[in-house]
Amino acid sequence: MIVGAIGLVIGFLQAPSNLDDVREMMAAEEHHGEASHSEEGEANFAEAEHGMLLDDEPGRNAEAEHAEEAGAHDTEHLEHKLHQLQNKPWAAIYVAAFFFFMISLGVLAFYALQYASQAGWSPVLFRVMEAISAYIVPGGIIMFVLLALSGFHMNHLFVWMDPEVVAHDEIIQNKTAYLNVPFFLIRAAIFLAGWFLFRHFLVRNSRRLDEATDNYYFKKNFKLAAGFLVFFLISESIMSWDWIMSLDPHWFSTLFGWYVFSSMFVSGITVIALVSIYLKSRGYLPFVNNSHIHDLAKYMFGISIFWTYLWFSQFMLIWYSNIPEEVVYFISRIENYGLPFFGMVVLNFLFPLLVLMNSDYKRVNWFVVMTGIVILIGHYLDVFNMVMPATVGESWFIGIPEISAVLFFGGLFTFVVFSALTKAPLLAKRNPFIKESEHFHY
Amino acid sequence: MASKVIHAIYNDDDLLLQAVKQVREARYHIGEIYTPMPVHGLDKAMGLAPTRLAITSFLYGVVGFAVAVAMMDFIMIEDWPQDIGGKPSFSFIENMPAFVPIMFELTVFFAAHLMVITFYMRSKLWPFKEAENPDLRTTDDMFLMEIDAANHNVDELTKFLYDTGAAEIKLIDNK
Repeated sequence: MIVGAIGLVIGFLQAPSNLDDVREMMAAEEHHGEASHSEEGEANFAEAEHGMLLDDEPGRNAEAEHAEEAGAHDTEHLEHKLHQLQNKPWAAIYVAAFFFFMISLGVLAFYALQYASQAGWSPVLFRVMEAISAYIVPGGIIMFVLLALSGFHMNHLFVWMDPEVVAHDEIIQNKTAYLNVPFFLIRAAIFLAGWFLFRHFLVRNSRRLDEATDNYYFKKNFKLAAGFLVFFLISESIMSWDWIMSLDPHWFSTLFGWYVFSSMFVSGITVIALVSIYLKSRGYLPFVNNSHIHDLAKYMFGISIFWTYLWFSQFMLIWYSNIPEEVVYFISRIENYGLPFFGMVVLNFLFPLLVLMNSDYKRVNWFVVMTGIVILIGHYLDVFNMVMPATVGESWFIGIPEISAVLFFGGLFTFVVFSALTKAPLLAKRNPFIKESEHFHY
Repeated sequence: MASKVIHAIYNDDDLLLQAVKQVREARYHIGEIYTPMPVHGLDKAMGLAPTRLAITSFLYGVVGFAVAVAMMDFIMIEDWPQDIGGKPSFSFIENMPAFVPIMFELTVFFAAHLMVITFYMRSKLWPFKEAENPDLRTTDDMFLMEIDAANHNVDELTKFLYDTGAAEIKLIDNK
């Protein structure tokens, strides 16, 4: 058995090193993209000047009505556009960084949930979940660096961090007790540290359980997981206000935390399913049977619908009440982001609904993989829709910075996850439910 | 109906599941099984065809959805146009978000109720129907397997069932 575990570890060292090469190529591509950002920045100036000519047309229309204001308005508009374009690569990195960070956070929550509920079906997948949640550390540090860079005015993702804007904005002024850079960063640091610590102890106990003779570490993890869930639900909610909702500092929605949570939860479960299917196809997870995949697919199906429910609840109340300061959020999305906004609903709701409805399809690996990829694209777009309208406005486009940022963080994510997979045997062999889980059959 | 059947009573669902497998392997014919609660995997062990209830449920859901769309279109847009949420567009598609809860509810309503009614019809159940229960204890804690004994040696079959762990074996001869 130990020899088998060592064999697995060696086998794993090979698998990620291959993948790693591929990812490194992608990462190189990103560095290339990064280099081209600065060029792009200059190109933006050119574009901005170029835009001057194009913008004359609407300018002239405006001239007919406001002859005097038009000139000033035009340059103002151009400056605005320039800021948006300067924000674009930052926002692209931010979206991708948050997307992959949120996956590992969602997986950690799912993992803690399995412990807290003492689920019998899932322990065979624990090592996969632990590995995916390993990305929380590098991903969280990157997130913190990005937020700190915003805080130090390296970029202008968060308008409320700009003292000039705040000086002219009474609504933000009233929120400065909460929305100020030091407190913002302190909150982020507390949450990230809390998640790191909880993950560290949960995983450490799970490893120690392998060698233990009694269930002491299991009981410990049960309590730890329950504590984590309480901490997580509060911190995740505040995190979503801070990191995403405050991009639109005037707008607020009380179920935003849940909405972001459902998105991270479904993406996390999808990634668990994808990684498990990949490992199983390589023969590393012989104890995972199609009932486990079936259960994960049920979760994907259910949480996709839960996401839609929250998305729609948020949308319908605001749409119905039609209060200007609230509805502007959706107007900017529908008018300027029509395709990603509605496309995302199709990808995240209609597609999984129709494909995963049949019970037998949830056991067919390629169905689950295909739906999983679609769900991940859909939830990337979801984050895109949450971040982009507030940061780049109507000058959005999924181009080189966006795609290379996704590739870069995707590569880092894959590297971290698969190298974490090599660090422990893939079966949590002393878990009290492991036998039930191996025989799990539905 | 088989004229001669054996009732084998088990007191555990795992035991019953094993017994079902053994009985089928020995090529005896199981007429029916009465259980106090649903036993997971029993239908597969008995070799019953998979249920088509899910398909009917999906179709009923589609019907419910269509009814909701037609109903809301007629009530709110055509017959008596309403100003919904301060947006007097009087078009179905622009007011659609307001109708989504109704569409959802009617989809669920139709799927659930019609599925239950279908299930009753398919299993020949109706109000005030007399129970076809051969042994009252199957409503409490016993599992009863009814095996066709017409073309078999009864003693042999009894011995076989006893070995599968039956707690009680009864020969029922409907002359």
